[in-house]
Amino acid sequence: MITIEQRAEFRKHFRNNISSRLITDKIVKGIVFGCVLLAIIPLGSILLEIVRNGAPVLSIEFLTAPPGAVGSDDPGGIGPAIQGTLMLIGMSSLIGVPVGVLGGIFLSEYGNNKYGQMIRFFNDVLAEFPTIVIGLFAFAVIVLTLGYFSIVAGMFALSVIMLPIITRTTEESLKLVPVTYREAGYALGIKRSVVIFRILLTSAKSGLITGIMLSIARIAGETAPLIFTILGNSDFFSGFDQPVDALPLRIYRLANLPYDTATAQGWGGALILILIILTLNVGVRYLFLRKRGGGGRFRIAAGG
Amino acid sequence: METVKLRGGSPLYDKIFKIGAAIAATYVLAIIVLIVVQLVTNSYQIWAQEGISFLIGSDWNAVEGSESYGAAPYIIGTFVTAGLAMLIGVPLSMGIAMFLSELAPKFLRSILSFIVELLAAIPSIIYGLWGLFVFRTYLLNWVETPLNNAFGGSFWLFSGTPFGLDIFTASVVLAIMIIPTIASISREIMIAVPNSQREAAYMLGATKWEVFKMAVVPYSKSGLVGASILGLGRAVGETMAITMLIGNATGQSAFPSSLFSPGQTLSSIIANEFPEASSGSLHMAALIGCGLILFIIAIVINIVAQLLVSRVLKTHQGAVLV
Repeated sequence: MITIEQRAEFRKHFRNNISSRLITDKIVKGIVFGCVLLAIIPLGSILLEIVRNGAPVLSIEFLTAPPGAVGSDDPGGIGPAIQGTLMLIGMSSLIGVPVGVLGGIFLSEYGNNKYGQMIRFFNDVLAEFPTIVIGLFAFAVIVLTLGYFSIVAGMFALSVIMLPIITRTTEESLKLVPVTYREAGYALGIKRSVVIFRILLTSAKSGLITGIMLSIARIAGETAPLIFTILGNSDFFSGFDQPVDALPLRIYRLANLPYDTATAQGWGGALILILIILTLNVGVRYLFLRKRGGGGRFRIAAGG
Repeated sequence: METVKLRGGSPLYDKIFKIGAAIAATYVLAIIVLIVVQLVTNSYQIWAQEGISFLIGSDWNAVEGSESYGAAPYIIGTFVTAGLAMLIGVPLSMGIAMFLSELAPKFLRSILSFIVELLAAIPSIIYGLWGLFVFRTYLLNWVETPLNNAFGGSFWLFSGTPFGLDIFTASVVLAIMIIPTIASISREIMIAVPNSQREAAYMLGATKWEVFKMAVVPYSKSGLVGASILGLGRAVGETMAITMLIGNATGQSAFPSSLFSPGQTLSSIIANEFPEASSGSLHMAALIGCGLILFIIAIVINIVAQLLVSRVLKTHQGAVLV
């Protein structure tokens, strides 16, 4: 905000040393453009290295077989990890999606008060929480209570991570539905809850699906909370009371092994993981986000 | 006269629905409260045993019989890595945000915003993998070794034997990871500055840089600070990439003595030692105690950041996905 005194000062300043000001402007533009280039280099390098190192190990066996014995000639595959990740995504969504959508409905339709504001605030705080803390929490609540590491604990941790993202995107997309839609519903004598379900949710469908897909993209890459919950395993899913494997966890294990074959397999796993995540992100962008513009940090978020 | 049949059930149904939605929304609050309760009860043992020396001590010994735990080096390690990442990341992010909101032509704007957001979508584990097998080598050969050769003997910051698994590598990768967060929120905040502010400065004959400096920055300062603090929050809680890159020193040696010495953060010590700790042991309580400290640091940072960011975006732009 420029005050009148400042304006006079600026005018005096601007009249002098025009050439040096223009040079400064050019230099700054150059620096700023350099910043952008610097930010792109890592992305390019990461994608390049993943494809270069990961593509050679891809095969049907790699995608479906369980890992071989550590250090042996037969490295096996990442089948159980892919299965585990898909199961975790499905099971976490079973809790995260309905609770998140309902929470979003509350914030959008009934949340225009102190309580709604408080929930909204803590929802945002939870969304930015260190996921390792959520992992420890799931360990304390589920693993210590049940006495074993299992997919259930992993599901709980991941559902807590996806919940705030879905709540917020649901709220925002419901708010974008014009008030006239609601009024039209009420004018027909339709109950509020039915208006919400039949009219608002249908109109806000694309926003809802966007939020869900992005939250899935986020939990697919989560590693830290899985260490404390599903523990990791070399076998396929064998029961709700057994440890399971997941892609990010398998990549972590493989990266820590001192064998070249393990490292190569780690890159292969990273290729699969990044394909899943980028497909979800790019897909959302092309399916739904084009018409909306604007954005925010829930559009795409990284896994910890 | 025909009566209109009301669709959609009774008002009772409406009430139940509202209560259901309220319960779902309250779930978030319940989770946060439960996290506090669980972290406190499960780390109680370590606070009872070590007291304040868990916060200020540096002994870390998990051998039964001579167990002793102090988290001070990891608390410091967390702040040092996050601080270094901010030092590198914040100026770069502001540059990117400025380019995206003020300078870039329209077609570049959407492509670059998308690229920045893709960077945010890459999971931590992949940054870790890339850092460990690719970036570390470049950093070691091109930055660490030359710096160490030139100043290693005279300047403590660059002393030690660079190996690539150290505070410096972890901080640089951390910076790369928080740039997209800070840059994309800062961009939103800069875009939210009303054009009349820019036009007023242009009218006085200001160059693009001067417009940015005199109109955009003062108007959006608190939001930009909030965006940076949000990045700090991410940096503090970041786990996998750091765990893979920081070298994992424990105890006294985890105190950062130079940029090129291995260190440890609160999150990396938890991720590293958790598999070795048996549940119910003092070791486990110590790790959960580290989690509690991390929780407190993260929640303070996040609350401050949310207050700053949401105030700016809400007052200036109506409904924005914050």
